[in-house]
Amino acid sequence: MSEHEHDGDHGHHHDHDHGHGHNHPHDPIEVADGAGHYELMVHAIKELLIEKGVISAEDVRRSLEFMDSRSPALGAKVVARAWADPAFKKRLLDNGTKAVGEMGIPMGDAELIVVENTKDVHNVIVCTLCSCYPRTVLGLPPDWYKSRNYRSRVVVEPRAVLKEFGTFVPEEVTLRVHDSNADMRYLVLPMRPAGTEGLSEDELASLVTRDCMIGTGLPIKPERKAAGVR
Amino acid sequence: MTELDLSRARAHDLGGQAAGPIDRAEHETEPWHKLVTALLTSLRDRPVRLVTIDEMRRAIEDMPPEDYRRLQYFEKWAVGVSTLMVEKGFMTREEIERRVKELAARAKPKANS
Amino acid sequence: MSGRFKPGDRVRIIAANPPGHRRVPTYARGRAGTIERLCGEFANPEELAYGFDGLPKRMLYRVRIKQTDIWPDYKGSAKDLLELEIYEHWLEPA
Repeated sequence: MSEHEHDGDHGHHHDHDHGHGHNHPHDPIEVADGAGHYELMVHAIKELLIEKGVISAEDVRRSLEFMDSRSPALGAKVVARAWADPAFKKRLLDNGTKAVGEMGIPMGDAELIVVENTKDVHNVIVCTLCSCYPRTVLGLPPDWYKSRNYRSRVVVEPRAVLKEFGTFVPEEVTLRVHDSNADMRYLVLPMRPAGTEGLSEDELASLVTRDCMIGTGLPIKPERKAAGVR
Repeated sequence: MTELDLSRARAHDLGGQAAGPIDRAEHETEPWHKLVTALLTSLRDRPVRLVTIDEMRRAIEDMPPEDYRRLQYFEKWAVGVSTLMVEKGFMTREEIERRVKELAARAKPKANS
Repeated sequence: MSGRFKPGDRVRIIAANPPGHRRVPTYARGRAGTIERLCGEFANPEELAYGFDGLPKRMLYRVRIKQTDIWPDYKGSAKDLLELEIYEHWLEPA
């Protein structure tokens, strides 16, 4: 086993497998035991790209770090702010990209459209063609979102699909399915649950689940949260 | 209303296809899944963009339909990235296969738990 | 911003089946709907997919379609909607 000097800022390159059990947050990813063909292919391509100078190990490290910084907690903060601040909510619905930009969330090449649930309208998001998802706001999509069965069925039988998620949308409520098939990405702004007056933004954010921002779920009701039920 | 005819829909064009219940199990994202995502963003998000998301989608859509149906999500990404890397001349298929063999020789088998 | 269509216009998505990378799901082809908003101009993904620059940019629209206008046996409210993004060259007036 080799020893490495680790200065505090991890500014130097790790271009090879360590073979020891360090766990920096952003160590290069090693080939896993029992790696299958596709995993080996990804590692092979990574090594070749770096050796050929097409990309650098630092590029990869930075991408991994950015990816790890994304999670539904970011989206929950956006929703909580919209619930607490009507002027922000208006900006969010008018121009989602710009509004989340105010909170330091970049959209990259995509644009964000935020769609609002009301007592008359429920929104749900899908990408039938591939699985586009607002990753910079919500992190990586859940497996079910990328699945054949979700992509096939939610456009044609949304209420049946939502029922599988335990979400019931009455017939009187208009159900809008958004197929994210081009350059837009979508975030659902769920309805603020009753009984949340006076909660802080952090407390409001804790009621916002990933699924309620996709539209397959609803926010946690405060009395359920207090009882420890999810 | 135009009749609905999905028979000519390609394998990736899934909207409206008959399908079963949704498996809601969540799986931990494996490190190599993150790695293939990071490769793609490294190739894309640079002053001179080397790959577009559109090329990536097209590369995945063009795989044989039986492969599209069989492969898991990130396995499809692995195929997409490798197709594009060879197509753009960054490496050859032979180089990739050679390196895969070397990595396979070095990799340990999965431990029996 | 302005394009060929404006919000509220009735449009039809062209019922074509060209080969290659297209971002119009088959279920939507030939369907009529309403322009919900203009999304802005973007490089054409159908050309970007093959390494071209996709210029000049084209206007992208969100088109709102009634679910009952897509699926013959739609089981849901007659008010339910499906909304998706379509480039100007895939649209004609309805």
